[in-house]
Amino acid sequence: MRPSADPDSGAGSRSDRRVLPIRGAGLAIRRAGRVLLDNIDIEIVPGPLVVIMGPNGAGKSLLLRVLATLVPPDAGTVTWAGTPPGRERAPRLGFVFQKPVMLRRSVIDNVRYVLKVAGVPRAERNRRAEDALADGGLSRLAGSPARVLSGGEQQRLAIVRALATRPEVLLLDEPTANLDPSATLAIETQVRDAHRGGTSVVFVTHDLGQARRLADDVAFVHHGRIAERGPADRFFNAPSSEAARAFIEGRLLP
Amino acid sequence: MQDFSAAFGEAFRLVASLDPDLVEIVGLSLRVSLSAVLAAALIGLPLGAALAVARFPGRGIALVAVNSLMGLPPVVVGLLIYLALSRAGPFGPLGLLYTPSAMIIAQMVLVIPIIAAVTRQTVEDMKDEYDEQLRVLGVGTAGMVATLLWDARFSLLTALLAGFGRAIAEVGAVIIVGGNIDHVTRVMTTAIALETSKGDLALALGLGLILLALAIGVNAAVMGLRRTAGHAAFG
Repeated sequence: MRPSADPDSGAGSRSDRRVLPIRGAGLAIRRAGRVLLDNIDIEIVPGPLVVIMGPNGAGKSLLLRVLATLVPPDAGTVTWAGTPPGRERAPRLGFVFQKPVMLRRSVIDNVRYVLKVAGVPRAERNRRAEDALADGGLSRLAGSPARVLSGGEQQRLAIVRALATRPEVLLLDEPTANLDPSATLAIETQVRDAHRGGTSVVFVTHDLGQARRLADDVAFVHHGRIAERGPADRFFNAPSSEAARAFIEGRLLP
Repeated sequence: MQDFSAAFGEAFRLVASLDPDLVEIVGLSLRVSLSAVLAAALIGLPLGAALAVARFPGRGIALVAVNSLMGLPPVVVGLLIYLALSRAGPFGPLGLLYTPSAMIIAQMVLVIPIIAAVTRQTVEDMKDEYDEQLRVLGVGTAGMVATLLWDARFSLLTALLAGFGRAIAEVGAVIIVGGNIDHVTRVMTTAIALETSKGDLALALGLGLILLALAIGVNAAVMGLRRTAGHAAFG
């Protein structure tokens, strides 16, 4: 890592260390006597678009945060490419939150910021930011304050921003939970394009239809455990767990 | 009653004619207080932001200390600075006592806790929103402080405004360390106190009017800037 003179970004350039495969082993989290994650083993490998699915409160979002090292587990370990994640800056991992966090800056400055943090040279930042906005169809909004965008536009910008640093893997935590069908379609298209472009994707959702549209591989989480994991075709057509079968059939789960 | 009317009339005449003594006093007041706020901002803004972002043992005590120091009695600060700058004090050789620099130091000490405390609260509120996003980008503590200060810059004008209000209206500390020396360290508040005790109500009233106008003008200007520039930047 090289030191940076940039006061906005802290120090250093982006880490070159690989992230995939992400492995979680024996992950457990308990809060106020409730088991939120219960001895979860999971592996995210390059390639398939993985959908982590399950009912509300199952532990999907928490699991994603643990894998991204935003939340430390009470027990178990996370490794990125075989080693424990350090505190390196700008890891090659993008994260999109359910409620997008828009910096109090213009649309293009939101993108420039992450490029700056990732150590992209100043001369390249502008071009890279413009290219990223063009790819996401947001060029016409480049100069607008990011916080006045609609919910769908903000989420599209969050994805553009996460992809601008060319991450190895993109983690998305229910990015369309608050969006209408048209905005949802735009987000799904953006995610699919990124996946086709070579970025691995882990997408958390409780929306069955969305999971069917996107998933190559499904991890079904229920009561803090992975109740079932496998290829999407098999999961939707012949689920092996009762919980998954009930969820797919629209029956209420206890 | 007639005396009051005459005093008001004379006060308005002094203001309208830009009386040289009055202009000098107002100029020095602004120079001292703006310098104090600028210096206090250089310390108080990063200090407040660091308190909002960093987690360390004793942080709770530090927060209580900063909040408590907002209510520092000016005469006590004046006395402590006086002792530090007096000939026998540790900074006596610098010869700062009874100079505008001593007044700037006193006001700065009074203003730092205000700026730090307001900054801490403002930045902490924003940090709650930004925290996970910045952490997932790998932004460290120093980077987070810089980012939050920049993004909160228009909200933080309120902190500077509160500091300026405290500085420009303060009399206890500056009269002790400045001495209220005519043409050297006489500022609006000390002049008002002196002229009132001498019975020269016209100059006191004139300065009082200007002090009020300055307080209202600076508030209006900062609020206007916060609204227009903040809206342009953040929506």
